[in-house]
Amino acid sequence: MKEELRELYKYRELLYMITYRDIKVRYKQSIMGFLWAILMPILIVMSGIVVRYAYAIVAHAPLKTEDIASVAIKSVPWAFIVSSIRFSCNSLTGNRELVVKIYFPKEIFPMAAVLACLFDFFVAYAALVIFLVFIKIGVSIYLLWVPVLLGTMILFCVGIGTIVSAISLFFRDVKYIVEVFLTYGIFFTPVFYDVRMFGDRGKWLMLNPVAPLLEGLSNCIARHESPDVHWYLYSLGFSLVVFVSGFVLFKDLEPAFAESI
Amino acid sequence: MSDVALRMEHIFKKFRKGEIYNSLRDFLPAMTGKMFRGQELDASDKREFWALQDISFEVKRGESLGIIGRNGAGKSTALKILSRIMKPTKGRMIVSGRLSALIEVTAGFHPDLTGMENIFLHGTILGMNKREIQSKLDQIIAFSGLEEFIDTPVKRYSSGMYARLGFSVAAHVNADVLVVDEVLSVGDFVFQQRCMERIRSVIEAGTTVLFVSHNLKSVTEICQRAMLLEHGKVVTIDNTDAVIRKYLSTDETSKISDEKKPVYISRVTVRDRVGEQSTFESGQKAWVDVEVTAREALDKLAVVIWFKDDTQYIIFHTSTERLGFAPFSLQPGGTYRCTFELSLNIAHGTFHLVTQVYRYDIQKGYDRREPASTIFIGSTTAVGGAVNCFPRLIESETIVPSIQSCEV
Repeated sequence: MKEELRELYKYRELLYMITYRDIKVRYKQSIMGFLWAILMPILIVMSGIVVRYAYAIVAHAPLKTEDIASVAIKSVPWAFIVSSIRFSCNSLTGNRELVVKIYFPKEIFPMAAVLACLFDFFVAYAALVIFLVFIKIGVSIYLLWVPVLLGTMILFCVGIGTIVSAISLFFRDVKYIVEVFLTYGIFFTPVFYDVRMFGDRGKWLMLNPVAPLLEGLSNCIARHESPDVHWYLYSLGFSLVVFVSGFVLFKDLEPAFAESI
Repeated sequence: MSDVALRMEHIFKKFRKGEIYNSLRDFLPAMTGKMFRGQELDASDKREFWALQDISFEVKRGESLGIIGRNGAGKSTALKILSRIMKPTKGRMIVSGRLSALIEVTAGFHPDLTGMENIFLHGTILGMNKREIQSKLDQIIAFSGLEEFIDTPVKRYSSGMYARLGFSVAAHVNADVLVVDEVLSVGDFVFQQRCMERIRSVIEAGTTVLFVSHNLKSVTEICQRAMLLEHGKVVTIDNTDAVIRKYLSTDETSKISDEKKPVYISRVTVRDRVGEQSTFESGQKAWVDVEVTAREALDKLAVVIWFKDDTQYIIFHTSTERLGFAPFSLQPGGTYRCTFELSLNIAHGTFHLVTQVYRYDIQKGYDRREPASTIFIGSTTAVGGAVNCFPRLIESETIVPSIQSCEV
């Protein structure tokens, strides 16, 4: 694995170039340009606010700005997770020519797909920051948690991305299965709702490795509290395992790519 | 470092043909079916075939090796293993230094990006870093001859421009070992010449080159040694002329004859003074024997022969009738034989002999064999071009300007 990581480092400029290509092409192709990066998160945030509004009606309680902020803060990263897994799933099969014809470490493709989505994410998050300033959410020391949580999320996405990209090269219908998971995943993840609404049973929802990260972001940005460190460590551990095993699996399958694609 | 640039030791490569499950929907039922029935252990063996069998060779630093063989002989598989895109099933391989492949020169392009952006993208994919590309940028653009279009998205390029840009980037990668696979078929004649020159200068600079081509002429121009592959095995490794002779002598296409035709060419041989031959010196005499056999009675026939070069251009043709022989008639089962004597005043290259039975008065062609045979004219350094006019230099003089004229 050490050898492979060294080689990946050697090709770091290629990772940058492929990411640049993916971003450039995406923004060149759509007239909407940067709106593309914001449109999907906006849709998710809007639907989240509708759902939250329904809760408020049922609970006979007013809809607090804090809740709206929490939905927005969790929706944008969720959009990132969905799109990065979706794009990395097709990253190998979509670059058939390069996989078959030229040698270089192929994990660059799913990684570049995640990085390109990360770019969209930053654009959307910049818009979110403006929104948060507008509703006067305020700052706290706990904002230092944000990069840690995002880093863990990227690790998780790259791990899942490498796994699904390699498997979907061999089995073309895997992408439909992934798509179903991505569509319904939002119901099993605390994006529109908070884990604390479930009281004691909330811990079952936290088993979803994405949940502690999203809850953590919401805690430290909207509520000015520390994330639950134990659950964060669980997420980190999970992400590391996914990342390492994804890399090992990918490298194991890589020699067969050219003849199987 | 040793003086061996690359070496393959007993390389085997197995492929599976036929059905490969590429969706879970097919794969899972097939797997469970296999588990319950426990069948087809030997059936899977039948679906495998060896694309490469026991390939061993070595290329010294600065040497250039040509690889020739028919379609499906395993040339491309060998190159893919060398460039590490595929892993051999068995065997060991050593490549010392940076290997660059001119295999698919436009694989890294993205149609929506401009020529300039694609130079950087493709260059990085081929293993160059940004600084390296920056320093060679002018050279690359000049080589491609696409200065005007460099800021146009490459999807608007013609296929020739596309390939030219791809080759230009690939050809500027600093490599210790360069693998070239049939890329010279792109672009116009001028560009092909430029590519050949580039490859030659790369060789002169001490780069090891592996050259795969069906164009035997370019193989002889570039490589001192060559390897002949057939059905995944090495037939011979020797100096290029000898290997080409061997390759042409195992021509398989000339053994086909059609069962239904009323008349067919039953035999064509090209020979020199001694016997059957496929390699000649420029200016040498050659004899072409043609035998025609009829299944039905036919009248007023003639035998036509012509030579084509690799570009399908007919460089020469003649027939029994043009040479003043009367048309012949054949009874069912009858045969006709004729022999042409030719002076091969051709410059060096590969030429394909085509033979046809023809009836001039009604302009009807009967059986045609293409190519009936392929000959190779060995290289002479004295002349270039298509024909050999056997030039002699009769006089030469150098005129020195006189001192007086210098003062004025």
